[in-house]
Amino acid sequence: MHYLDANATEPLRPTARAAMLAALEVTGNPSSVHGAGRAARRVVESARVTLAAQFGGRPEDLVFTSGATEANALAIHALGAGDGPRRRRVILGATEHDSVRAAAPDAAVLQVDRQGVADLEALAELLSDALANDPGPALVCLILANNETGTLQPITEAAKLCRHRGAWLHVDAVQAAGRIPVDLAALGAHSLALSSHKLGGPMGAGALLLAPEVSAITALIRGGGQERGRRGGTPPVPAIAGFAAAAAFGLPRLTEPRDAETQHDAATSCDAEIAHNAATIRDADSLPDAATLRDAIERIAVNAGALVCGGAAPRLANTTCLALPGVRADAQVIALDLDGIAVSAGAACSSGKVTSSHVLAAMGLGALAGEAIRVSLPWNATAADVDAFAAAYPRMAARLRAALAPRAA
Amino acid sequence: MNRVPPRPNRPVYLDNQATTRCDPRVLAVMLPWFSEQYGNPHSVEHVMGTAAETAAEEARAHVAALIGAEPREVVFTSGATESNNIAIKGAARHALRSGSDRRRIITVATEHKCVMESVADLKADGFEPMFLPVRPDGLLDPETLRDALAVPTLLVSIMTVNNETGVVQDIPALAAIAKAAGALFHTDAAQGVGKVPIDVTAWKVDLLSLSSHKIYGPKGVGALFVRRRPRVRLVPLFSGGGQERGLRSGTLPAPLVIGLGEACRLAQAEMADEAKRIADLRTRLLDRLHTELPEVRVNATMTARIPGNLNLTFPTVTAAELMARTPDLCVSTGSACSSAEVEPSYVLTALGLPPDEAARTLRIGIGRFTSAADVDFAAAALAAAHAGRPMHAVTQA
Repeated sequence: MHYLDANATEPLRPTARAAMLAALEVTGNPSSVHGAGRAARRVVESARVTLAAQFGGRPEDLVFTSGATEANALAIHALGAGDGPRRRRVILGATEHDSVRAAAPDAAVLQVDRQGVADLEALAELLSDALANDPGPALVCLILANNETGTLQPITEAAKLCRHRGAWLHVDAVQAAGRIPVDLAALGAHSLALSSHKLGGPMGAGALLLAPEVSAITALIRGGGQERGRRGGTPPVPAIAGFAAAAAFGLPRLTEPRDAETQHDAATSCDAEIAHNAATIRDADSLPDAATLRDAIERIAVNAGALVCGGAAPRLANTTCLALPGVRADAQVIALDLDGIAVSAGAACSSGKVTSSHVLAAMGLGALAGEAIRVSLPWNATAADVDAFAAAYPRMAARLRAALAPRAA
Repeated sequence: MNRVPPRPNRPVYLDNQATTRCDPRVLAVMLPWFSEQYGNPHSVEHVMGTAAETAAEEARAHVAALIGAEPREVVFTSGATESNNIAIKGAARHALRSGSDRRRIITVATEHKCVMESVADLKADGFEPMFLPVRPDGLLDPETLRDALAVPTLLVSIMTVNNETGVVQDIPALAAIAKAAGALFHTDAAQGVGKVPIDVTAWKVDLLSLSSHKIYGPKGVGALFVRRRPRVRLVPLFSGGGQERGLRSGTLPAPLVIGLGEACRLAQAEMADEAKRIADLRTRLLDRLHTELPEVRVNATMTARIPGNLNLTFPTVTAAELMARTPDLCVSTGSACSSAEVEPSYVLTALGLPPDEAARTLRIGIGRFTSAADVDFAAAALAAAHAGRPMHAVTQA
C-alpha cells in the first residue's frame, strides 16, 4: 500500500514513537505530588516548553487538548466568549475546517478567490461592518494551510488588519505545523490550533497556543483545574510526549526573538518566507523533496486529464487536489485503493459522506467540487510512491472515463 | 523491626485511583496501530483507514460488553472528565432546546470536581444545581434523594465509586428512584468500571462515564455510555467532522481506543480474581499497619467499598509530613487533581471530618501490579514515618 493521505493522518515519526514509549513507562498522574506524579508532570511540562518554543509562544500560554477539533472549539468558545456579555462577532474563512465551522454556525463568511486565497479587501470590509453593526469587536478564524488543497492564507496581512480593527485572529495551523515554519508571534495572530497526529505524532493530543494578552481563557471542558483551569481532565501524557518529539523534528525556528520595533518588518515578509521555506523543509529529513514528488504527481495526473485545484496559490509542498472532470471523486478513490494507493476525496472526517467539498465549492469550482481527490504526501514519501501513482492514476482515469462515455453519448 | 522488608528498587506505587500503569498486554495490542497500521479510522475510502476503523469498532464492543451496553451506545471521548462534561451539559442543553421545564439538577457533595463544576456551571443557563449531603459512612441516603426529587428534576448525577474513599453507591436503587421521578440518571463510573460489576441495562442508568487510565489502559481516552432505548438526547460540547454520531467530533485516536478496548476485555476476564487478590492485599496492609499503629482509622464504610481503596486518618502526623518522610512510597492526600491544594478535601469534609483530621488522612490505592512485598513495605514505611523514625531505619532493617 502506498500511503498518500498524510493530511488525514501522518505516519508516526520514529522520534515521536520513542518519546511516547518512554512516557508510557511513566505511571504517575501529572497532578499527583509524589515522585511518580512529578515524573509524569516533567514529561508534560518539558513537552509544553518544546512546543511553545517551536510555535512562537510562551509555555504558560499553551493549553493541551485532546486534538485540534477541541482546540478550535476551545478557541472559538473562549475568544468568541460564547453567548456571554463579552461575545464577539465571528468571521470565518470560506474554506475553514468543519470543526471551526461547527463552532460558529452563524458566523459571517469571508470569501476566497478561485485559488482558495482569502480576499483581504473583503476582510477589511467585514471588519468595518462588524464595527458598524455591532459595538463589540470581531473574532476572525483563518486556516493557515487548507487541508484539502494545501493553499496558504496571507495570515500576517490578515493579522495586521485584525489588530488595526481591534479584532482577534484565531489560526487553524493543523496542516501547516510540521510542514512549514509556524510562529504565533511572527504571524501576529492571537491563537493557533495544533494537532499531534497531523505532524507525525500520535493521535489523541493537540494544543491551543495563545498570545499572552488573551491567554487567560475560560474552559470548555471543566474539571480538576488542570492546564491552569483552562482544560479539565488528566492530560494524555504519552501522546503529549510524542507530540512534542514530532514537532521538534527537523524544523528550524522561523524567527529569532526580536524586539517590537523590528517585528513589523519581519511580519510583512513572513508570508513570502513561509511560501519559500515550504519547499526546503524536507531537506532536513534527507528524503526526497516533497514539492518535487508532488510536481511529478501533478504532471502525471494532468497528462491523464486532471486539473489541479488551487495550484497557482502558495501551497504546502506535500498537498495536491486533483479534479477529474465528469468522474465522481469516491469512484476515483475506490479505484486507486484497489490499485494499492491510499488517497481521499477531501477531508477524512467526511469520508463516506456523498456531499461535495465545501472548500472547492467556495473556490467556485462548481461540479468539480465533487470530482476532486486529495493526494497528500507523508513525511516518509519516496519516489516509489510516485512510480506507483504513475501506473495507477492513468489506468483509473482511462477506465472511469470510458465508463462515462456511453452515458455522455 | 525485623519484619521490615528491604528497600524496593523503585518507588512503591499505591496511588492506583489517581492513575494506573498501562498494562504491558494493553501496550502490546496498541503498538502496531501507532507505526504499522497508522490510518485515520475515518478514512473509510482506503484499506488503511478501514483497518483502523474495524479495530476501533472491536474495541467499542469490548467496552460495551464490560458495562452491559450495546456497542453503538458507546461514545469515545478524551477521558472521563470530558464524558462527564458532555453528559451533564449535553443533557441540560438539550432540555433547554426541547422546551423541557425541568430545571433541577441533583448531584452529591462527594462527586469528582468535574461533575461538581459542570453542574454548578449550569446555574448560568437557568438551572437549579443541588448538592446532596452523604452519611458519615460516605453513602447517600436514598430518602435524601427522594426528598430532593419532590421538585421536577431534569438530571441526577451520582458517581458509582468515590475517588477518595472507594465507597460504592447503590446505583441500581438510586437510579430507580430518579427514574420513577422522571429524571435522567448519569453515573461517573471512572473509579468503578473494571473494579465492580456494572450492568447499565440492569441498573437502568441513562448515561455512564468511564476512563481508560484508571483501568490499566492509556491516558487520553475514555467513553460515555448513552442509552438508545429509550433514547437519551444530548447536545454535543463541540462539533466538527461529526464523528461518534455527531456527539463527539475529532479524529478517533485509534491506538488509544484500541488500548481502552483491550483494557476493558482484560478487566472483564480478570475482575473477579483480581478483586479477591487485591482485597487480600488490603487486609494484609491494614492488619500490619494496625499492629504498629492501632489508632489508625479507616474512613467511610468497609462493606460497600472497592477492594483496592483505603482512606486512613493517622493519629498525630499530617499526611503531607508522612508523604515527605516516605519518598519511596507513592500515596496521596486525596484526588490527584487537587493534590497541590492546601484546603482540606471536600470529600472528607462531607463525611464530617474536621479539618485537622482531614489533614492527617491518606488515600491508598492498591492495584493490579501491587505485590505483597509492596504492601509490607508500605505498612512498615508509614509506621516508621509516623513514629518519626527516619527511612534508613526501615530500609536497613
